[in-house]
Amino acid sequence: MSQAVVENTVVETTPRRAKRPWLSPLNRRRWQNFKANRRGYWSLWIFLVLFGLSLFSEWIANDKPILVSYKGEILFPVLVAYPEEKFGGFYAVTDYRDPVIRDEINANGWMIWPPIRYSYRTVNNAIPDAAPAKPSWQYDADKRCGQYPQRAADPDCIVGNWNWLGTDDQARDVLARLIYGFRISVLFGLILTAGSSLIGVAAGAMQGYFGGWTDLLFQRVIEIWSAIPVLYLLLIVSAILPPGFFILLGLMMIFSWVALVGVVRAEFLRARNFEYVNAARALGVPNRTIMFRHLLPNAMVATLTFLPFLTSGSISTLTSLDYLGFGLPPGSPSLGELMKQAQSNLNAPWLGISGFIVVSLMLSLLVFIGEAARDAFDPRKAFR
Amino acid sequence: MSEILLSVRDLSVAFAQGGNQSTAVDHISFDLAKGETVALVGESGSGKSVSALSVLKLLPYPSASHPSGKILFEGADLLAMSEKQLRQVRGNKITMIFQEPMTSLNPLHTIEHQIVEILKLHQGMADRPAKARTLELLNEVGIRDPEKRLDAYPHQLSGGQRQRVMIAMALANEPELLIADEPTTALDVTVQAQILELLAGLKSRKSMSMLFITHDLGIVRKIADRVCVMTKGKIVETGPTKEIFANPRDPYTRHLLAAEPKGKPPAANADAKPVMTGKDIKVWFPIKQGFFRRTVDHVKAVDGIDVTVRAGQTLGVVGESGSGKTTLGLALARMISSTGTIRFNGRDINQLTFNAMRPLRRELQIVFQDPFGSLSPRMSIAEIIEEGLKIHEPKLSPDERDDKVADVLKEVGLDPATRNRYPHEFSGGQRQRVAIARAMVLNPRFVMLDEPTSALDMSVQAQVVDLLRNLQAKHDLAYLFISHDLKVIRALANDVIVMRNGQIVEAGPSQQIFENPQTDYTRALISAAFKIETAPVGTVSE
Repeated sequence: MSQAVVENTVVETTPRRAKRPWLSPLNRRRWQNFKANRRGYWSLWIFLVLFGLSLFSEWIANDKPILVSYKGEILFPVLVAYPEEKFGGFYAVTDYRDPVIRDEINANGWMIWPPIRYSYRTVNNAIPDAAPAKPSWQYDADKRCGQYPQRAADPDCIVGNWNWLGTDDQARDVLARLIYGFRISVLFGLILTAGSSLIGVAAGAMQGYFGGWTDLLFQRVIEIWSAIPVLYLLLIVSAILPPGFFILLGLMMIFSWVALVGVVRAEFLRARNFEYVNAARALGVPNRTIMFRHLLPNAMVATLTFLPFLTSGSISTLTSLDYLGFGLPPGSPSLGELMKQAQSNLNAPWLGISGFIVVSLMLSLLVFIGEAARDAFDPRKAFR
Repeated sequence: MSEILLSVRDLSVAFAQGGNQSTAVDHISFDLAKGETVALVGESGSGKSVSALSVLKLLPYPSASHPSGKILFEGADLLAMSEKQLRQVRGNKITMIFQEPMTSLNPLHTIEHQIVEILKLHQGMADRPAKARTLELLNEVGIRDPEKRLDAYPHQLSGGQRQRVMIAMALANEPELLIADEPTTALDVTVQAQILELLAGLKSRKSMSMLFITHDLGIVRKIADRVCVMTKGKIVETGPTKEIFANPRDPYTRHLLAAEPKGKPPAANADAKPVMTGKDIKVWFPIKQGFFRRTVDHVKAVDGIDVTVRAGQTLGVVGESGSGKTTLGLALARMISSTGTIRFNGRDINQLTFNAMRPLRRELQIVFQDPFGSLSPRMSIAEIIEEGLKIHEPKLSPDERDDKVADVLKEVGLDPATRNRYPHEFSGGQRQRVAIARAMVLNPRFVMLDEPTSALDMSVQAQVVDLLRNLQAKHDLAYLFISHDLKVIRALANDVIVMRNGQIVEAGPSQQIFENPQTDYTRALISAAFKIETAPVGTVSE
């Protein structure tokens, strides 16, 4: 303990610039606390792995091969859109799933496909039933490949062409849509959270630090602002503007920053009269620096605790907007749209079940992470 | 000696912390006879409060545990008692008063409610006799006009009155043993003297025993029959008070006794160049009322004060809490707005804006009271110290800055190799050295020291005072030293002003003030501080 350190010990040696650990002791303790919460810790890893994988959705589920060797040339169809001319056709876009193209490429080289040969908007023309079709493993080989020209002996009758979770009512692969949908939901949630916390922290910081009239005015504005019914506004705006990822993001951000203001403002109000803040003022440190260096770290604890919950909140908002049909444009891989299909196709339970599992997994992971983060930042909480 | 009331035998207290046990109290034993006062003395972290709290089993169990020992009270082991049996003892036979009277009283209930509740709970009294007994108790602890005070809420009372109410509550059940845990530390010296006198009087009238926990040797000498000196969880010396003070055997006891701030300030020199002068400084806080928030009156925190601080000299500002001494210091340092002229280095600075003040800040530094609060917990001490350099000497390279930080750390007696550590890794005294280093690295000419020693242990106080004196001599610094502690002021200040209610009661050279005080108030302050004696009613606050 520090108490045991003897006062008045002067050692003459002055080593140059000792290396500092990149995590301060306080943060190291928090990280230990976070790790001590096994559920949150594992949730964080699972979430990071899933999110990391979903960032490479194009290499996991796509209707284009990852790598093509054609007449001695190496091509990257995922990254570059090659016209069909290259392979002897005449369309502007190559459909690599087309048997003609497939045979042409295989005759003059080879291609490596992603594990799932569907993108989120690929229509499977060879589904065994009327759409929505059941998951492929529910059919025997004859039925599953019944639509191919050579039936079970067809070169397309392979695992890569399976619809692992069936198809939706437009014959699109559900698993591929889930992978892309997970990515777009999480990205939406993260960008929205980052943006709104940036605005919210800045606004809360100004209010808390300057107090007085600034605070009073801002507070009233926020009260009025947060009384605007967001859903109706979204409905109205979506009737005027074409709905899209960034328009939705912008609209939501206009309102969601309010969530953090209260917490940050309270932290700044509390901390602006701390002695070390006064000490900084006495040194002549400018306001901006005081806010960033001395006060913001205090407020960040409260903010960080809030973030996972904000993210999960924005994801569920996006999902419900999609469900209502006011979200992402038609055709986008959206979880809400899947839910809507599930509702109108009750005879196809694979839609609802897989959608439910993905949404609830994603939200639970975020909530568990948030819970662990909150406990880790709580100074009163002691772990073993 | 008469019958033994409380006997602590071989007591240990351990706290579980992150998997390992740390021992706070290590096999201590002491006895307390009926009608006797025993003082547990030690510096912070010595385990004195923990020992006292374990008598009533008030520690945070189960993280606290007693690996060994017994606490025998009237022959029964308190540590072995069930929670139910303990409740019979707590508040009945053994009661306790704490350091902070504001937080020990419930702010939502009146005084009457809180005392009557105890009487009803423990003695099953009816409303009417309980009220009568409450009045009697308040009278006994010296609250004037107790009838009028019955309906008061804790915030309406002064600190001393609150502590008196706490004592009345502790006495309500006529306890055999009163445990007082630093009961006067949060109070002004004059009030402290009154409370101690009350406790001593009550003890002899009621033939109570008292276990008194304190860090202040002056109080021990005044009130205790026997003393146990504690350090690092062990009792190093026990004996009758007189014997210990006259003839301490243990080196630690001798160290404690020698720890009072000593030494003399440099001779007052009225010809030295004035660095900081304030003329007719007023800080009035408006009291606003009504719908239009009209200013109806002012709280006159500082009301027309003249000060002069000279180079190489120290002006001590003395006063009780609420006398406006810190406000005066903050006004001179331009941390709060005031009226009047403030001349710093011959230049009027009271009209300058925050930005115009910035270049002057380097020569005008402040050291705050609380070394725990004044250092940002998220910055290493090197970052804390170099913050001012970054603003006032932006041209320095990181290496040059680092050299300056290392030099100033050496100057304040800290190992420069520790500069990448965080404040929580340092003890209170070391942190105060860091705070001083932060001010000194800018080579200031004037330093406002706001109670820089009052949060520190006695032995550390003396070291900090020595350090400040050496720095002053070396750099010809002008100090404005604000303190309620007259011993520290005497060791450091050439000139003293005594403040009360925002005004100067007495001003003059320090020697004259201490040896020949002119006003009753100053005399009362001095006798309370040095002899712990009370003054006649009316000269000081309650």
